[in-house]
Amino acid sequence: MAGLTGRMSTVVKAKVSKLLDRAEDPAETLDYSYQKQVEQLQNVKKGIADVVTAKKRLQMQESSLQQNVVKLDTQARQALSAGKEDLARMALERKNVAQTELQSLDGQVTELEQQQERLTESEQKLRAKIEAFRTKKEVIKAQYSAAEAQVRISEAATGVGEQMADVGLAMQRAVDKTENMKARADAVSELEAAGTFDDITALGSGEDDIDRQLKQLSSQPAVDDELAKMRKEIGIGDAPASASAGQLPAQSQPQGGGGSEGPPAHGEQAPAEGGQT
Amino acid sequence: MIVRISGENQYRLSDADAEQLNQLEKAVVEVVEGGQKDGFDTAFRTLLEYVRTHGTPLGSDELEASNVILPPPDLSFEEAGREFSGEGLIPE
Repeated sequence: MAGLTGRMSTVVKAKVSKLLDRAEDPAETLDYSYQKQVEQLQNVKKGIADVVTAKKRLQMQESSLQQNVVKLDTQARQALSAGKEDLARMALERKNVAQTELQSLDGQVTELEQQQERLTESEQKLRAKIEAFRTKKEVIKAQYSAAEAQVRISEAATGVGEQMADVGLAMQRAVDKTENMKARADAVSELEAAGTFDDITALGSGEDDIDRQLKQLSSQPAVDDELAKMRKEIGIGDAPASASAGQLPAQSQPQGGGGSEGPPAHGEQAPAEGGQT
Repeated sequence: MIVRISGENQYRLSDADAEQLNQLEKAVVEVVEGGQKDGFDTAFRTLLEYVRTHGTPLGSDELEASNVILPPPDLSFEEAGREFSGEGLIPE
């Protein structure tokens, strides 16, 4: 079997034999490799701690994004109530981006959680093997002649070494993944630092570069839909409401629904449907 | 023979299983080399499943070297390809 598999076992064997070559006396070899194993178990623990740290960082970012979503939603409502539709739209676009980011963070946190579980399991397996090795090494020391011991040590050490390599591989993959996530998390932090999710009203109505980019990012129909929904909730008619153009179902009109008690008429009630795309 | 599925466990299989295992591995190699991403998942899963169903897991206190080491179950198609380009899966 070459292909996928041959290579891996060769690497493991080479590593173990390199380790074993360092000592001459079998008893010494045994103690040395046991000591190495225990050391490496510590590294595994450190690796798991790193994954946990990465996860916590993403979780913190999640909760801060969540706050931003709430904030932007509130601001959109306020802007809409005040008749500033452009501002409301801008806030919703940003909310949209924050939400998308939130979803992807959520997936990443789940992934890291799984990774953490797997690594913990691997660590336990490795610990069991090392323990078995410890027992076995005493048996070998006591029972076998030097020449024979060397063979048995090699076998046992390869068994542990393989487990070690296995954990090492799992660890490496976890590290690679968290590196990717870190890069992404940093990108979000930068967006935040650039004020992307900040107080929208502080920006005034001038469209800046961030807004143009956000518009491309956020799907316009989703923003339109949400804007319409919000209008309804706030009680501002959807279309240029009271136009009474006969479009309304003339059935049993609920009294007062015709917009007679509309908001304190802010200048022009922005009918512009496609005004500023 | 002893087969390890990376990140999972070691399994003891009968020597008679080797031939079938070889066939299954060849199938994986073929889809990877042929760049068939779709076929990869199925072929790779079939290989792992064969080991799981035909083998008995080794106890945690058994110190045995594996004859064959299979990559982890969550191996991506890209990673499988990298394995062939000579950058081994086990970090040096």
